[in-house]
Amino acid sequence: MKIPFKSTILLLSLLMLSCGGKEEKKKEGFSVKQQKTTTEKAVETPAVSGDKASERVDLTTKGVGPIKSLTLDEAIDDAMAAKGKEVYDQMCLACHRIGKKFIGPAPNGVLERRTPEWVMNMILNPEQMVKEDPLAKELLIEFNGSPMANQGLTEEQARAVLEYFRTL
Amino acid sequence: MKKIKYSMLTLLGLALVFASCGDQGKSSSNGALSSSAAEKVYVAPGEQDDYYAFLSGGYSGNLTVYGLPSGRMFKEIPVFSQFPTSGYGYSEETKPMLNTSFGFVPWDDSHHPDISQTSGELDGRWIFINGNNTPRIARISLTSFETEEIIEVPNSAGNHSSSFITENTEYVVAGTRFAVPVPQRDMSIKEYKGNFKGALSFISVNPEDGRMDLKFQLLMPGFNYDLSHPGRGKSHGWFFFTTYNTEEANSLLEVNASQNDKDFIAAINWKKIEEYVNNGGGTKMPANYAHNVYDEHTHTATSTMKKEVLTVDPTQVPGAVYFLPTPKSPHGCDVDPTGQYIVGNGKLSADLTVHSFDKMLAAIEGEKFDGEAYGIPILKFEDVLAGQVKSGGLGPLHTEFDDKGNAYTTFFISSEVVKWKVGTWEVIDRKPTYYSVGHLMIPGGNSRKPFGKYVVAMNKITKDRYLPTGPEMEHSAQLYDISGEKMELLYDFPTHGEPHYAAGCPAELLAPKSQKIYRLDENKHPYAALGTNDTRVERKGNEVHVYMSMIRSHFTPDNIEGVKVGDKVYFHITNHEQDFDVPHGFAMIGQNTSELLIMPGQTKTSVWEPKTPGVWPFYCTDFCSALHQEMQGYVRVSPANSNIELSWSLGD
Repeated sequence: MKIPFKSTILLLSLLMLSCGGKEEKKKEGFSVKQQKTTTEKAVETPAVSGDKASERVDLTTKGVGPIKSLTLDEAIDDAMAAKGKEVYDQMCLACHRIGKKFIGPAPNGVLERRTPEWVMNMILNPEQMVKEDPLAKELLIEFNGSPMANQGLTEEQARAVLEYFRTL
Repeated sequence: MKKIKYSMLTLLGLALVFASCGDQGKSSSNGALSSSAAEKVYVAPGEQDDYYAFLSGGYSGNLTVYGLPSGRMFKEIPVFSQFPTSGYGYSEETKPMLNTSFGFVPWDDSHHPDISQTSGELDGRWIFINGNNTPRIARISLTSFETEEIIEVPNSAGNHSSSFITENTEYVVAGTRFAVPVPQRDMSIKEYKGNFKGALSFISVNPEDGRMDLKFQLLMPGFNYDLSHPGRGKSHGWFFFTTYNTEEANSLLEVNASQNDKDFIAAINWKKIEEYVNNGGGTKMPANYAHNVYDEHTHTATSTMKKEVLTVDPTQVPGAVYFLPTPKSPHGCDVDPTGQYIVGNGKLSADLTVHSFDKMLAAIEGEKFDGEAYGIPILKFEDVLAGQVKSGGLGPLHTEFDDKGNAYTTFFISSEVVKWKVGTWEVIDRKPTYYSVGHLMIPGGNSRKPFGKYVVAMNKITKDRYLPTGPEMEHSAQLYDISGEKMELLYDFPTHGEPHYAAGCPAELLAPKSQKIYRLDENKHPYAALGTNDTRVERKGNEVHVYMSMIRSHFTPDNIEGVKVGDKVYFHITNHEQDFDVPHGFAMIGQNTSELLIMPGQTKTSVWEPKTPGVWPFYCTDFCSALHQEMQGYVRVSPANSNIELSWSLGD
């Protein structure tokens, strides 16, 4: 009961902070120390390395979905990456911002933590991924249960987005 | 008492179980005792129905979609009425759909749905339905299940003998119920007789995109044109209309329009009239009627006023129009699947009158006329009569057909469905309905290829069929299995509004092609924010345009400042989801309109005129994810004279 009440005060005070023209007197937020929400770890998927699923490195899991095997060329295909940015800006940007945790994780450096197959399967088959892939399941909880939307990308589009991620 | 009742029920139940055990494997034709009606209508969780049924909503103005045999309602499709559930008729994009020559009309009385056909068989492209009160015809896509087009019908009033289509969907036909002065003018009502006209409108349908165009209007004598059906097969090219009030009474029709022993079925050779107008025949008359088209790419409707209509005087096209005498104030006008028989359901008669198309042609050939009415030849009753169905029922209204040469007629006064044999006219079976049945529907029953598995009877009176809900109740429908010799009552379900008529088709005709989303890359809405980078707020004088996007579970932007009292705020909202069944909603506190329900990839616009300074929240009305309750935002409204700059943000 208490927390929602406090959150309301927080919201109200934030609102007051943001007033531009007719600025009202700043009020400090409440001072009770609160612990940040911690991610509850799924019991059946113990952490391998790192605390959070989003920070964990797993370069072997390929995920569940249509992409079984994918080898990336040494060189980045700039044309493909440009196409990928276009798709990303329209279909993904609402939840994934560059260099910043938003609704979902930032895509920067994702290929240092995940296999290309896993990334593409997460784009192409998110419903099954969050049910069956242990990492994706943990990520769903880490990101407040906000589901990764299936944006209906073609494999070609998802591949282009992946190429764009390599440039970040 | 209760205990006794229960044990008796148990015994009865056991008896039923035993009875049905003994009957296993045999075809059942002896009613509920020999088979399980429950099994026949039970669609197990996760399974789907075999048929779609589209029931008109009557005074709801809409069209409802049901599954058969379960009787479950899947959707109400808004057509002629504002529909706050989706924002139809409230959103800026859909308001033009309800524009008419009388201005914005937010309601109608929808009556007779008919599914498009090719070669006389259902093709599942579109379904048409008429607005009865302010004469209009609507076309609904059977891919998106949305109303795509509405055309107003001028010179018509009480658009009742509508909206039936010819066998290749060349035309959707709309006939007037009320005769009126054409053109409308100030005159004495008592001068009706001989002066008023009955307009029968032939609206062409473009085979590519379904677009409707009022091709010509036949200005008939001032009778009431009640229902109509197309010729098919051998009678393709003709259209048949029942008439009543051939007395041309203008008051107390209950008595005065029931004087004549026989009224007419008007037989119209539309191919002949089409040829006549294609060769320059007919008279162009000034008119004013709305043509409203919804563009699936811009998600926006436009309304155009048309200023002219081509009228045809039937006496100027010899051989095109004849009257077939038919007792007695006939309602339904039904043509059998072969196109040979035309059934007149004389609602004040005990008998059904069936005319023969061949005999009609022979009588026309032989010029065997029994006089004329306003220059239109009347054929002799005996010359065109194929037979009469003497059922003993009262008040026949409407007949549909199965695929085995049988016909099924509703009798309103005696509350029953009567099955009879086409050709021999013998009555095979009759079953009561509950109560006072109006129309009935067999999927494909108004086509060359009926699917004779079920008939749905739509009743006008409910009384005690369901738990009472005060004086006003939904109407009742009954489902019968008609696959055997005898009809078997299977199920009873409530229907929404007042279904006057229905059309149905096999599920596989529509289910595989049913649209799931609107593709963002096909969205051509001029105010769409197709990417997050396109979201913004712009001011044009006192208009503020918010280009907003939504995805699980936030709006972009969700904080807006710089709006002032006196502004007109347009929220143009694009749903960025591209997954099946992830709509989002939008509602603003105190808004003088409905919410919006926005499908994946779709853009809709809602107007808000804030009246009081403050910080006003909006939110998503459709439970979209676990974080749906977090899907909200604020607009700061400042006094009219303030100088707060427009600004907007998300997560900053």
